[in-house]
Amino acid sequence: MHGTRILDEADRLMTVCNSCRYCEGLCAVFPAMEMRRAFSDGDLNYLANLCHSCGACYVDCQFSPPHEFNVNVPQTLAVARAESYAAYAWPQSLSGAFARNGLVISIVAALSMAAFILGFVALNDRAVLFGVHTGPGAFYKLMPHNVMAALFSAAFLYAILALVMSVRAFWRDIGTPIGGRADGGSIFQAIRDAGELRYLHGGGVGCYNEDEKPTDRRKLYHHLTFYGFLLCFAATSVATLYHYLFAREAPYPWWDLPVVLGTLGGIGLVVGPIGLFIAKSRRAAELLDAQRYGMDVGFIAMLFLTGLTGMLLLLLRETAVMGPLLALHLGAVFALFITMPYGKFVHGIYRFTALVRYAQERRGEAGS
Amino acid sequence: MSSKYDVLVIGGGNAALCAAISARRGGASVLVLEGAPKFYRGGNTRHTRNMRCAHDAATEILTGPYTEEEFWEDLLRVTGGKTDEVLARHMIRESKDILNWIVEQGVRWQPSLGGTLSLGRTNSFFLGGGRAMLNALYLTAERLGVDVEYDAEVTDLVIEDGMFLAARLKRPIRGETEIRATSLVAAAGGFEANIEWLKQYWGEAADNFLIRGTPYNRGSILKMLLDKGVQEVGDPTQCHAVAIDARAPKFDGGIITRHDSVVFGIVVNKHSQRFYDEGEDLWPKRYAIWGRLVAAQPDQIAYIIFDSTVVTSFMPTLFPPIAGQTVAELAGKLELDPAALEKTITEFNAAVRPGTFDHTILDDCRTEGVTPQKTHWARRIETPPYLAYPVRPGITFTYLGTRVNKESRMLMADGRPSANMFAAGEIMAGNVLGKGYAAGMGMTIGSVFGRIAGREAAKHARN
Ligand SMILES: Cc1cc2nc3c(=O)[nH]c(=O)nc-3n(C[C@H](O)[C@H](O)[C@H](O)COP(=O)(O)OP(=O)(O)OC[C@H]3O[C@@H](n4cnc5c(N)ncnc54)[C@H](O)[C@@H]3O)c2cc1C
Ligand code: SF4
Ligand code: SF4
Repeated sequence: MHGTRILDEADRLMTVCNSCRYCEGLCAVFPAMEMRRAFSDGDLNYLANLCHSCGACYVDCQFSPPHEFNVNVPQTLAVARAESYAAYAWPQSLSGAFARNGLVISIVAALSMAAFILGFVALNDRAVLFGVHTGPGAFYKLMPHNVMAALFSAAFLYAILALVMSVRAFWRDIGTPIGGRADGGSIFQAIRDAGELRYLHGGGVGCYNEDEKPTDRRKLYHHLTFYGFLLCFAATSVATLYHYLFAREAPYPWWDLPVVLGTLGGIGLVVGPIGLFIAKSRRAAELLDAQRYGMDVGFIAMLFLTGLTGMLLLLLRETAVMGPLLALHLGAVFALFITMPYGKFVHGIYRFTALVRYAQERRGEAGS
Repeated sequence: MSSKYDVLVIGGGNAALCAAISARRGGASVLVLEGAPKFYRGGNTRHTRNMRCAHDAATEILTGPYTEEEFWEDLLRVTGGKTDEVLARHMIRESKDILNWIVEQGVRWQPSLGGTLSLGRTNSFFLGGGRAMLNALYLTAERLGVDVEYDAEVTDLVIEDGMFLAARLKRPIRGETEIRATSLVAAAGGFEANIEWLKQYWGEAADNFLIRGTPYNRGSILKMLLDKGVQEVGDPTQCHAVAIDARAPKFDGGIITRHDSVVFGIVVNKHSQRFYDEGEDLWPKRYAIWGRLVAAQPDQIAYIIFDSTVVTSFMPTLFPPIAGQTVAELAGKLELDPAALEKTITEFNAAVRPGTFDHTILDDCRTEGVTPQKTHWARRIETPPYLAYPVRPGITFTYLGTRVNKESRMLMADGRPSANMFAAGEIMAGNVLGKGYAAGMGMTIGSVFGRIAGREAAKHARN
């Protein structure tokens, strides 16, 4: 008996799959499963987070519903995965945020944006807010750089702290020995596996969406979103360095590194989320975790909003709407940061952690 | 969509799809009629995992060469010589090319197998299993323009003088209740899911058989063909049968209901009596004989009995073993006579001679002074909890079929080849398999003869 009903079901399925093993070539979940005969809650949460939801093991399984064995690994692991986020959340008192995440995100985002707009209004007079500002330091006419940096560092550091604490709990639960460390080789392997989405490939043909015809669409859009996010992050980091090391103030000309990185990233963050949203809305219902639809869409929407406001800001920064756009953009980013530990963002972190564990197990097995 | 096709394929499994693709590639218009609903398409092929093909060198997916001669010797051994040598050798030769041909049809192989079966050299494993393989074949067939209908059970065949004219349908398809075609490929499987038919040969015992695969292989097409003058091949009582968990569903339990723990314990019948040497031979032989052995026991039930020391020595099982802290408690749960089971185990334990256990070879752990003997892997059953799996005969597929020639063309009772009727797969497996079985041959028979049947049927239609 497990902590939750979905873990009981995951246990039942892993017992079926372990006596079948036809899917062992499809992804990491099945080989990891084969290393076990019984499954603790931690084991099941580990397997659930190793799953990339490619759908192959559903389309390929001879026991999928309507068969009486009723084997639906992707959906069961999707629900278990989502529940695991809440189970390891830090602080635990906020784990409830996962349950109604779509709503939480909209409220936080709306509040943050409103706060930035009101803040700008309070800090400046209307002429400044709707004025045309150009040249270095234009953004800081609206909000002093130090205020901006302090706000965002605080939000960011909080997100990092909460994520580290959650992942620590997860790692302790899935690993043996408890509290054991990850080695560099396994981390490197996991970075490669995560970076190329190695297991979102249905065993090589792509992943399954609306029917039994595989495509690489989701992988492509996921790459755009993920690398778009990283590029935007890099843009911000470079800009911060510029500011502090070289005392060069934003906005920068279009050809400068932060803008180039930000533009490319912004395109990824606009196109990727749209693609992911369309793929999700077309996906066969039996593969989806319907209850978490709000969380998934909320996260996609946040990324999209961040990308979109950023791009608009770049395009319109020399016009009178720069002020309001900057407020919206900063609000979106702020909301993204503080909701990060309590929403779909964590899937990447947990999946990466599970991949590290998997790499470690494989190395252990090869070594023994 | 034309109302008359060049080639009509009846069935929806590996043999049917290989035939359909090959006929379409041969330029014919092709219709596939699959009796099952879409989810159950592909009959027993859904449950398969691997295929046996001859090959001259190791590859990415195969650990070593498996020559035509070695394949032939294996076939000779398992069938005890009951095979059509010309056809069998032809199939083995063609199987070499099938390894690649099937990949060209979109099927993917698994690199090398971590699992439990010692088949890495002789057999190639489908990545994702048989249903994945079928999905790939269906995608290719559709892409090539093969028409496929599901829920399309054929209920009658119009055959005149060895010539196929039309197939009649249970439900009209596009308004038609009859489909005409220039050539026919029958690939509709065996009759293992037809308990009434099985009873003709096995008597009431067949009521206790479990059918491992599709409930849709009722042998209706086979029966029609035999009734309309096609020559019969094979012994109707011969089939592939293994012992599977008695708690498995009546149909379609698939691979996961099997047990390979026989070698680690003893097997008793409902009178708590042992009835066969559990240590006679290595897998896969020991795997394939137990279906028949259990079928011959009263009420067609038996129990694999072992103790807690060996539970992790074999594949994890779908159904957990039934456990008792004492032999008597276990007997109670199995509804066996406790005294009788205790006596059997005590006598067995007393007969075990010391030896060095190794389940990968025919080791020297054996019994003395008990009947039947356990000639290998005999160890005392004495560490509680005592454990048991109840098992019943699980029928995989039947061997009675239609006789064919090297062109996969059906032969009529008088020995003449049919004008336009071809057969592939389980429905003609008996040509090659008079009895016995070597893992992966079901797929070989289906792919090789399916490909040939499709090609020949297209050739006939386009002449
Ligand atoms: C659990 C299990 C595991 C197996 N594992 C392996 C393995 O690993 N390797 C291997 O080589 N073999 C294996 N086999 C054997 C293998 O499944 C068969 O040899 C093979 O599937 C035969 O292929 P086929 O195309 O002739 O028949 P099938 O795949 O059974 O297809 C027959 C088709 O005919 C259809 N049909 C029947 N009657 C009608 C009708 N009247 N009208 C229309 N359609 C009809 C059925 O719906 C079905 O789709 C296994 C079998 C089972 C049960
Ligand atoms: S998902 Fe189905 S086919 Fe795959 S391992 Fe599990 S039971 Fe077997
Ligand atoms: S959905 Fe894909 S990634 Fe998840 S367990 Fe199945 S095959 Fe693996």
